[in-house]
Amino acid sequence: MKKDLKNIREAFPVLSREIYKKPFIYLDNAATSQKPLRVINRLKDYYSNENSNIHRGVHFLSQEATSAYEEVRRQVAHFINAASSKEIIFTKGTTESVNLVAATFGSEFLDRNDEILITQMEHHSNIVPWQMLCNRTGAILKVCPMLPSGELSEESFRQLLTEKTRLVAVTHISNALGTVNPVKKMIAAAHQTKAVVLVDGAQAVPHLSVNVQELDCDFYCFSAHKMYGPMGTGVLYGKESLLEKMPPYQGGGEMISTVTFDATTFNELPFKFEAGTPNVSGVLGLGEAIKFMNETGIDFIGRHEHTLLDYAIKKLSRIEGIIFHGQAADRAGVISFNLKGIHSYDAGILLDKLGIALRTGHLCAQPVIDFYHVPGFIRASFAVYNTQEEIDHLAEAIEKTRNMLI
Amino acid sequence: MKSIEEKGQEIIAEFSLFPDWLDKYNYLIEMGKDIPAIDPKFKVKSNLITGCQSNVWLNAEYKNGLVWFTADSDAVITKGIAHLLIRVFSGQKPDEIINADLHFIEEIGLNEHLSPTRSNGLVSMIKQMKMYALAFKTKYES
Repeated sequence: MKKDLKNIREAFPVLSREIYKKPFIYLDNAATSQKPLRVINRLKDYYSNENSNIHRGVHFLSQEATSAYEEVRRQVAHFINAASSKEIIFTKGTTESVNLVAATFGSEFLDRNDEILITQMEHHSNIVPWQMLCNRTGAILKVCPMLPSGELSEESFRQLLTEKTRLVAVTHISNALGTVNPVKKMIAAAHQTKAVVLVDGAQAVPHLSVNVQELDCDFYCFSAHKMYGPMGTGVLYGKESLLEKMPPYQGGGEMISTVTFDATTFNELPFKFEAGTPNVSGVLGLGEAIKFMNETGIDFIGRHEHTLLDYAIKKLSRIEGIIFHGQAADRAGVISFNLKGIHSYDAGILLDKLGIALRTGHLCAQPVIDFYHVPGFIRASFAVYNTQEEIDHLAEAIEKTRNMLI
Repeated sequence: MKSIEEKGQEIIAEFSLFPDWLDKYNYLIEMGKDIPAIDPKFKVKSNLITGCQSNVWLNAEYKNGLVWFTADSDAVITKGIAHLLIRVFSGQKPDEIINADLHFIEEIGLNEHLSPTRSNGLVSMIKQMKMYALAFKTKYES
């Protein structure tokens, strides 16, 4: 193990645990990443020393917490190269970010028979909010199909984009297949037909550097907990001009300017979309996670995960009866597979017993699983702290599992 | 016919032969492979138990005051668990099934399968079997 990797691993307390008396091997990073001690300590520090409600009090702690919270907003803006920190809305996570756009942009700008274009490889959280919106408004949901390689059919995408398309919602990286979609090209094509584009970046932000201005996306959503940060915090990036035109999401404190029983005027961006007391500690933890990623180097993280992916493909290919799902030319650190004649659920149970945490089942992307005509996937997904030795253990454990079940 | 408790004890004794989890699971897998075959006509959507990562079909019949179960699954571990439940429940009176305390599951070390995140349907299977027993009791015995 290289020295810097050893240091990285040591920063994550949970990785030193033993499960079933075996060293814990965590390969379920696409579900949530582990947290480095500095992120955990940031939450602890906040509640130990800084806890107070932000944007309200004139007292010292409130002002201190408010500045720390707003500093993270600037940090996030810088992290994804947003034009202004007003374009950064804090949410509970990617799911809420998508729902916010569906509820606000959707109700203001979508009419009966307008079209929303999504893809076959979306996570349920980038399908269901649009279905619900279509039910409310009479808009029509269109789905861009994918190819057996796990890539989107670019030809179908161009055909499905019409002057009726109001909104395109697409994942940057597929959580089930690891496919990196050519979002920049897709956004440019969608803009030609005047469609607005939302990118689900939950799986992308942890692995590659995202530049929203260069992508020219209208909305970009991601979660802190998949990028070494805490759960319950996420981000919605939106272009200022669009966010200005959208009605508020939820009503409550913080999002108002003045309230009387006759009428309420709403606060300006970004507060218009942040009703109620926010998850301050979560946001501060996100700030710390961004620092961790920047100091580790996003390029380093991406390169390391790619090395692991290549190694895993090579190593696992030797296993008899292994069937890989998704072989896109451009993919991130996700490897999904099945073993011939074995149910993914059985494999998951035994792999867990062998000390390996990975994900089995429909991975919240049932249409992808259905596309490959299997009951579920077995998915290993990598983060910066994973090692080649862990993949060796994974390969051995798969062999053992296979021998038990076949 | 042995009681549910006696059959549970029998299973506890069998599993105690395997201190290692690996052997326990091997035994469970064997149980899965040996599950009495379900009549294909019962492998229909209405017999499917929801809330599982694997498909489980469960059928129940009432004959001369006793309930008889058959089941199948596309996952072999789930099938092994279904087989265990069938062993203890099949051929019992509805009342016995409704009031059964299945402590053997915990004692053989399979209690982790009772957690909802396992979503293997053990909990749903037990619930469904008790529901059948209750339905038969209401229909034929009241």
